[in-house]
Amino acid sequence: MEFLNAFVALSNFVLIPAIAYGSQLALGALGVTLIYGILRFSNFAHGDTMAFGTMATVLITWWFQSMGVSFGPLPTALLALPFGIAVCAAFVLLTDRGIYRFYRRVKAKPIILVMASLGVMFIMNGLVRFIIGPDDQRFADGARFIVTAGEFKKMTGLSEGLALKSTQAITLVTAIVVVAALFWFLNKTRTGKSMRAYSDNEDLALLSGINPERVVMVTWLIVAGLATIAGVLYGLDKSFKPFTYFQLLLPIFASAIVGGLGNPLGAIAGGFVIAFSEVMVTYAWKKVAGYLLPEAWAPDGLVQLMSTDYKFAVSFAILLIVLLFKPTGLFKGKSV
Amino acid sequence: MKKLMMATAAAALMATGAFAGGHSKEVKLGVILGFTGPLESITPHMGAGAELAMKEVSDSGKLLDGVMVTPVRGDSTCIDAGAATAAAERLITADGIKGIMGADCSGVTGAILSNVALPNGIVMISPSATSPGLSTAEDNGLFFRTAPSDARQGVVMTEILMEEGIKEVAVSYVNNDYGKGLADSFQAAFEAAGGKVTINAAHEDQKADYSAEVGALAAAGGQRLVVAGYVDGGGSGIVRAALDAGAFDSFHFPDGMVGAKLEENFGSEIDGSTGQHPGTDSPGAAKFQEMAGDAFDPTSAFAAESYDAAALIMLAMQAANSDDPQVYKDKVMDVANAPGEKIYPGELAKALELLKAGTDIDYVGASAVELIGPGESAGNYRQIVFKDGKITTAKFR
Repeated sequence: MEFLNAFVALSNFVLIPAIAYGSQLALGALGVTLIYGILRFSNFAHGDTMAFGTMATVLITWWFQSMGVSFGPLPTALLALPFGIAVCAAFVLLTDRGIYRFYRRVKAKPIILVMASLGVMFIMNGLVRFIIGPDDQRFADGARFIVTAGEFKKMTGLSEGLALKSTQAITLVTAIVVVAALFWFLNKTRTGKSMRAYSDNEDLALLSGINPERVVMVTWLIVAGLATIAGVLYGLDKSFKPFTYFQLLLPIFASAIVGGLGNPLGAIAGGFVIAFSEVMVTYAWKKVAGYLLPEAWAPDGLVQLMSTDYKFAVSFAILLIVLLFKPTGLFKGKSV
Repeated sequence: MKKLMMATAAAALMATGAFAGGHSKEVKLGVILGFTGPLESITPHMGAGAELAMKEVSDSGKLLDGVMVTPVRGDSTCIDAGAATAAAERLITADGIKGIMGADCSGVTGAILSNVALPNGIVMISPSATSPGLSTAEDNGLFFRTAPSDARQGVVMTEILMEEGIKEVAVSYVNNDYGKGLADSFQAAFEAAGGKVTINAAHEDQKADYSAEVGALAAAGGQRLVVAGYVDGGGSGIVRAALDAGAFDSFHFPDGMVGAKLEENFGSEIDGSTGQHPGTDSPGAAKFQEMAGDAFDPTSAFAAESYDAAALIMLAMQAANSDDPQVYKDKVMDVANAPGEKIYPGELAKALELLKAGTDIDYVGASAVELIGPGESAGNYRQIVFKDGKITTAKFR
C-alpha cells in the first residue's frame, strides 16, 4: 500500500506530466531536426510556425463549434487539425518561395539562412498576434479528464490521487502515431528515401536525379504538419498563447541538439531527456520518501536536489555536457 | 506667386501667434506601460484610463491657462529593462515629455527611475509598481505611485487568510521584483501572525510547462496555494497545473492574478478561493466606471490607478503653475492629500479652477488616493472570493 502510494504520487507529479511534455517537445524537435538535416539551417521560426498552425486550428475549431460540430468526448480541435495543417503548410511554402528559395539559389551560408529565419520569426510573431491577439485562448472541449485525482482516490482507496487528463493521453497516442508514420515514410517510401539521400549528400543526390525543389517542398509540408500537431497538442494540454510558443523554442532546440541535430530518433530521445530532467531533478521527494521509508526516517525537509528555479539550468547543463563529450549529440547527428 | 505664398504663410503664422495664448500650447505626458509582454491584456485599459484624464483636462482648457495635454505612449515591455529605458529615453529626448505616467511592472519602473527619470529630472507616477524595494529607492522626490507597496499587501493577505482559518500555505511567486517582494513580505507577515509557509518557491513567467513547480509545491503541501504571479503569464499556468494534478483545490490570489481572465480560465473549478487587489468602494470608483462607458474596462486592474496617476501630474502642474518637473514635483503630495476640497473623477476641471484660485484640494480620484511615506498610496484593498465561477466582492479593507 505504502509502495503503491509512493508510485502513484510519483506518477501523478513526475511521470505523466513529463511524458506528455516530452512528447510535445519531441514533435517540435522533430520539425527542427528535419529542417536542419535537409535544408541545413537552424529554423528559429519554428516556435512561431507552431503558433501559426495552432492559430489556424483554433480558428477552425471555433467555427466548427459555432456550427455545432463536435467530436464526442474528444476535442473538436482534432477534427480541425487537418485544416490547420493545410493552412500552415500553405503559409510555410509561401515563406519558402518568398524568402528561403532565394538564399538557396545563391548558395548562401547557413548563418544567413538562420538570420532570414529570425526575420520570418518576427513576421509570423506579429501576424499571429495581429490575427488572434496576444491573449490566452482556450479551445479545448470534450472530456477533460480520463480520471481525476478525486475519482482515483475513491476508486482505489489510496491516499494519493492520480489525475490523467484526456489531453495527456491524446498527446501520447498522437505522438506515437505521428512518429511511426514519419519513420515509415522516411524509410519505406521513395520520397522519404530521396529525402534521406538529399540530407546525406546533396551533390550525389542531385546526380542521381533527385529533384531538390520537390524534396524541399515535401520537407516543409512535413514540418508544417509536425509543428501544427505539436502546437495543437500543447495548446490542448495547457493553453494557447503566442508568447509561450515563442518561448518553447528554447527547450525544443535543446532537445534537438541533445539528441543530435539532423537525427529524427535523437530528436525524440532529446525531447524526453529534457522533459524528464526538468521535472525529476527539481522534484521534492518528501512525499515519496515519506511513503517508502520507515516512519522514524521520514524527512522533515523537502528532499529537493535543487530548487525549481534551476530547472532550466538543468536542461542546459545536460546540453553542455552532451556537447562537450559528444559534440554531435546522443544519437549521431550532424556536427554543429 | 511666390510672394503670395510667403504672405499667406506669414499671415498664418501671425494668426496662430495670436491664438497661442489660447490653445496652441501643448504639454506632452509619457504613458509608459507594458503594451507587449506579460501584462499586455490589462495595459490597454490602464493606458485608456490615463488618457481619459488627459482628455478631460485638455477639453476643459483650464490647465495653465489653456494648455493641451497630449499623451505619448511608450512600451515598457514589463520585463525588459533595456527596452523600457530606451523607450523612456526616447520619449524625453525626442518627444519632450514633461512627466511620466508609468511604468507598470516594478523591475522596469526601477530601471526607468534610476537610468532615465533621475538624470533627466522627470516626475514619474506609477499606477501599478508595487515592489517594497521602490519605497527606499533614491528618487530626489521625483517618484510617486498610486499603487500601495506590497509590504502593505502582505499584511492584508495575512489578515484575510487568518480570518479564513488558514494556518499553512504554500507560496509560488513569479521570479521578478514584484513576485519576490510580495512573497517575502507576505511570508514575514504570515509567520509573524503564527502561520506557516511550507514552501516559498519561484516560477519563471511564460514558460511552457509547470509540472516541476507543482510537483514541489504539492510535496510541501498546505491548505491553500498562494500564487503571486501574473494572470496572463505563469500564474495561470501554475493554477492550471495544480488543479489538473489535484495538488490544490483552493488558492489565494494577490493583485497580479485578479482579472476577468481568471474567471474565464478556471470558472467554478476554483470556487472558495480568495484574493485581494487594490480597490475601493469610494464613490470615485463608480464615477470612474460611468465615465469610461464602453471605451475600455474600468474595473480592470490598475485602470483607476492609471487615471489617478495622470490626474495627479496635471493637478500638481496647475498647483505649481508650471510644467517644469523640478517645480511641480513638490506639489504632488499637496494635491493628493488633505486638507482641501475632495475631488472625484470627472471633476478635474473644477479642481483646476480651485487650484488657480489658490484653494487647497484633496484628490480622491477613482482609487481613493492617499499618499503616505515616500509618496506611495496607503492602499485600499478589495477582498474577493470565488463563488459559482465568478469573482465576488467580500469586503473592502
